[in-house]
Amino acid sequence: MKLNHKDFEDARLVTVCENRIDAVCAIQFKDEMRKLTDEGPTRVILDLSQVEFLDSSGLGAVVAALKAKKLEQTLELAALQPAVEKVFHLTRMDTVFVIHDSATTAVEGAIDAS
Amino acid sequence: MHHEKFPKIPKPATDKEEAALRLVIPANEEAVREGLSTIKSGLSDLEFSQDEWSTLELVVAEVLNNIVVHAYQERNDGMIETHMDHSNGSLLCKIIDTGNPMPGGELPNKPQSDLTCATEDLPEGGFGWFLIRQLTKDLNYGRMEDQNVLTFRLKFGEAS
Repeated sequence: MKLNHKDFEDARLVTVCENRIDAVCAIQFKDEMRKLTDEGPTRVILDLSQVEFLDSSGLGAVVAALKAKKLEQTLELAALQPAVEKVFHLTRMDTVFVIHDSATTAVEGAIDAS
Repeated sequence: MHHEKFPKIPKPATDKEEAALRLVIPANEEAVREGLSTIKSGLSDLEFSQDEWSTLELVVAEVLNNIVVHAYQERNDGMIETHMDHSNGSLLCKIIDTGNPMPGGELPNKPQSDLTCATEDLPEGGFGWFLIRQLTKDLNYGRMEDQNVLTFRLKFGEAS
């Protein structure tokens, strides 16, 4: 499970470099995300543009990442592919997360800190 | 008591492809991932839309992963058999395992979770059967001797 991240002044963009978040890698994803939010700034944006498939274990892991964030932090999602968006929509989890069309629009305005 | 209607006579297949596939995999998450890819390539002659492919992959993934986690639980020698039959715009799926029966002999039917709760109370699981019920038709479960047999249809290739 490869997660890349890039830091901006008040935001961390985490990019999932895998095409699936499924039962095989859900736990690993959850653990990696916890590390990245623990030491992250106020906004954490999860770029899902490379993720073509997400099952209920994957969804559970994304929800777990939201629950693991610090109170003052936000976990936002960006660039959901249609198959991923469908899972969020059917389960109404799309009402729980702030979802951006793309990683670029999500970090717009944030100042590059790297 | 009411009379059952005669089943509708299906229209003969014209331009719709027919296909059948049978796949047996060991019950573990890696094999499920590989099996999904085998199913997609095995049925690749069928002209499904992107949305239909993703529905197929999601539903079968949920069913197979449930079997790995719940039906076989502690066992690591379990096998899962998947049959798929496509005709007249409908994909019939039959999935068989020899693990534990469904609790109460019935499929779980949990209502959709309330998400208006505090973040820390959000559910992290229980979406699987909800998704399966949303995306399938004619979902049926039966225990035949030592086998769990689940059947369902995905209605594809029809104008909606």
